[in-house]
Formats: sequence, C-alpha cells, structure tokens
Amino acid sequence: MKFKSVFDIIGPVMIGPSSSHTAGAARIGRVARDLFGKQPTWARIYLYGSFAETYKGHGTDKAIVGGLLDYDTFDERIKTAFEDAKQAGLTYEFIPETAHTEHPNTTRIVIGDESREMSMVGISIGGGKTEITELNGFPLRLSGELAAILVVHEDRSGCIASVSNCLAKYDINIGHMEVSRREKGNMALMVIEIDQNVNEQILNEISELPNITQVTRIAD
Amino acid sequence: MEVLFRNVRELVERATRENKLISEIMIEQEIMITDRSREDIMAQMDRNLTVMEEAVEKGLRGVQSTSGLTGGDAVLLQNYLKKGNTLTGGLMLDAVSKAVATNEVNAAMGTICATPTAGSAGVVPGTLFAVKNKLNPTREQMIRYLFTSGAFGFIVANNASISGAEGGCQAEVGSASGMAAAAIVEMAGGSPAQCAEAFAITLKNMLGLVCDPVAGLVEVPCVKRNAMGAANSLVAADMALAGVTSRIPCDEVIDAMYRIGQSMPSTLKETGQGGLAATPTGRWLESKIFGGAVVGSGN
Repeated sequence: MKFKSVFDIIGPVMIGPSSSHTAGAARIGRVARDLFGKQPTWARIYLYGSFAETYKGHGTDKAIVGGLLDYDTFDERIKTAFEDAKQAGLTYEFIPETAHTEHPNTTRIVIGDESREMSMVGISIGGGKTEITELNGFPLRLSGELAAILVVHEDRSGCIASVSNCLAKYDINIGHMEVSRREKGNMALMVIEIDQNVNEQILNEISELPNITQVTRIAD
Repeated sequence: MEVLFRNVRELVERATRENKLISEIMIEQEIMITDRSREDIMAQMDRNLTVMEEAVEKGLRGVQSTSGLTGGDAVLLQNYLKKGNTLTGGLMLDAVSKAVATNEVNAAMGTICATPTAGSAGVVPGTLFAVKNKLNPTREQMIRYLFTSGAFGFIVANNASISGAEGGCQAEVGSASGMAAAAIVEMAGGSPAQCAEAFAITLKNMLGLVCDPVAGLVEVPCVKRNAMGAANSLVAADMALAGVTSRIPCDEVIDAMYRIGQSMPSTLKETGQGGLAATPTGRWLESKIFGGAVVGSGN
C-alpha cells in the first residue's frame, strides 16, 4: 500500500499552491540548512525540469529560501522569505538550467559561509514527499522526513562498526543505513536513518571516534 | 500490511456488520496501523480542521494570487449570497464560495490542508462549513467528517490514484468530491451504504475530467473545478439520501476512473500542454506570467 495513514489523504498542512513545487521545495531547503548545520550566508540554487520552468509561479524560489531560513512547509513566513533573507544576511541566486535530469523536479543547492561550502541535490517526488540524492558529490538516498545522522569518514575498516556500536549503546535503532564513497580508501559517507532524534552528546561522541571527519544530523 | 478494509465493499460491510460509522472504522484502522492513541489521532485531525477553518475565513476576506490569475471570487459569491436571491439556494452557493475561498488561499500561498491534494483542497472543507450551518454538528462530528472523507480517499489513493499527473483532474477534484459526498451523507445520518452510493454517483459524473492547468499553475481552472466539485457532491449526497443508488458499484467506478486516467494522453495530465492550457488565451497568460515561451509543469 502506497498510502498508509489517513493523514496522507487529509494532510499535509502546507503553504500553497503546490505540494511538490512549494511544500517539497521548502523541505529540501530546510534539509540543506540542517546538513550545513547553521544558517548559510550565501546560496546558489540551480533548478531543473519543471522546477526551472514554473518556479516563479509556484513560489518554489521563496519556498527554498524559506527552507534555508529554517521555515517548515506550513510556515506563513515563506511568503516573505526574500525580505527575511536580506534581514538574516543570506544572499541567494537562482539559476534555471536546461540540462535533463532523471526527475522533473530537481534542484542543486550550493550554500556556504566565509569558511566552508556544501553542495546538495534534492528532488520533490509528489505530495510534498522529497529525497536527497547527492551530498558533496556523494550519491545517497535520504527522505529528509526521518531523523538521520550523516557521518563523513575515512574509508577504513571498523568505522561503520564503531558508529553503530555507539548508537547501540544509547539504545538507538537504525531504520535504514547506507554507505557511499567517491574513491576507494578515500573519503566516505554514512547515512543512517534512525527512529528517534539524537542529542549533542551522542553526536560529539561519534565525532571523536577514530577516522571520523564530520558528523551532522537531521531532526525529524 | 494488515488493514480493516481494502476497498469500499469491505469498508461498508464492516461498518454495517459492526453497526459503526465509516469514520469510526477509519479511526480504528489508523490506531491499528500507526500504533498511536485515539486521542492523539483525533487531536491531529482537530488541528487540520482548524487550518481548514482559517483558510476559508481568510479566503472569504479576499486574497489575490502572485500571478494575478485568481482571487476575489469567494468574496463576489458571498456578496451575491447575502442579497438572498440566488437560483441554486443558500447552502449550495455557500459551499461553492467556501471551496473557492480555500483554493484562492492555496493559490495565494496561504496555509491549507491538502484534501487529498493542494489543488483539490477546497471541496471537502467547502462543503463541510456550508453543511455545518444546516446540520449543526458537534466539533467531534466535524472531525469525523474528515475521517469519513479520508476513508474513501485512502481507498482511491491505494487502488487508483489521487494525482493529477497520473490520472487527470478526475483523480484529484473527482476524488475530493466523492470523499465530500460520502462525508455529507454520514453527517446527515445516512447509512454506510448510502455513503458509498454518494461517492459512486459523484465520481461517475466527474470521470474523464482532465488536468490542464494554465501556465502549469494550480489556479485556472483548478479553483472553479473545486467549486463545481462541491456542487456535485451536495447533489449526489441528496440523491443517495433519497435512496437513489448507482447501478455500477463504487469500487468499479473507482477502477474505471483509474483506467480512464491511464489511457488519458500525457498532454492532459498536469503537463500544461493540452486542454485549457493550450488555448490561445491560456498560452498568452502563460507568456505574460513567465515572460517567454514556457512549457511543462507539475504539482
């Protein structure tokens, strides 16, 4: 069954006009901010397919900027996201692309501040549901709806075990997990979807494990 | 996955056998599937109801979309209603105006609750807040209205489709209208079987409806399709309450809707390439809004 809950039918509560072009877009922007770990100071947002063609009319642009400002899909402030971004010191640029992508509603979001930058690809697959398909060049599949931990690490033996052991110690169940790497023996990325949110202490503990470069999380 | 009903026949049979309302079966299934408490589930639906209420009120005060294509019609309708000289009657036009109000708020980037989608979000609340004035339901009965709607939407979403891109507008506003008709019947005291008849009669009369939004925006003709969907559901509910039945069973009507959607060309399924979107005026509006030749869209 594709639809499991009555709230898939009577819901979600969202800012109009389109579940995929507005609600989904806001969700992708918010996940980008979550993954960056703080408010970025600049953003370059590339739009593909239907996103590129209809983004102005659907408010896809405001929704993504709203997401970068940490607004949820039902936050009325999405409407004033451009003005709010100026206040918050976030500059942004939208770049509609003509290249063909696998999914019609695709965006690549590149964000950063004075010290670092991050690149992420998100798709809006309908009814407000989204997926993150790439992070800093690593392919991945992340719904953005469940709580998750993302761990950048050295591609060495024992890394995965040490992280999962740490989660087990705090009785945190792993719902879905995948590991990807750009090159053998180089950097790798662990994506761990979990059943509950984790606190700072657990994140710190994971980041202090050997061969771990960076730990970020997405709250549900 | 274990469920209490997979189609309308099972839903009606269970409700009749256990002497329960359709909304009650939906609530019981939600408890079973999600493992959440009844209070929790009722509270979430209560919040959704509040969102719908606020959207209707906002739309009735008057809104305008970014593109300028829609807005203000709910106000026109309410002003016309107040003169008391309507042809179709107060309740009917009240429902129509509140459906329009909701979709105008959606188009203007306001907060709405998708029922079952954003583009078809007007029918269920529009009819609810009009019928409310006639039947004087309790808050719980209003919440139950949404569960009854949800039960039928759940079946359509899983056995057919509620997506315009997949099945055309019949899958969105068609489904929403059937859902509303069934919920009206339950609130008015009709039987579970009559709820199913109302759903079938409504959807039968919206079969083949294409999804052809101008400039790909959820505005033209979506807002007025919600208006007509609301009217359709009220008439079908009255027919079912009068004892009229559908010769084609409800599940078969849903199946027919799905098959029609599958054989519909993609130009008429939310691509902004056919139907009203491809008319000279539709194209002109599109270039005016986006400032150039633009094709394709989605929801």
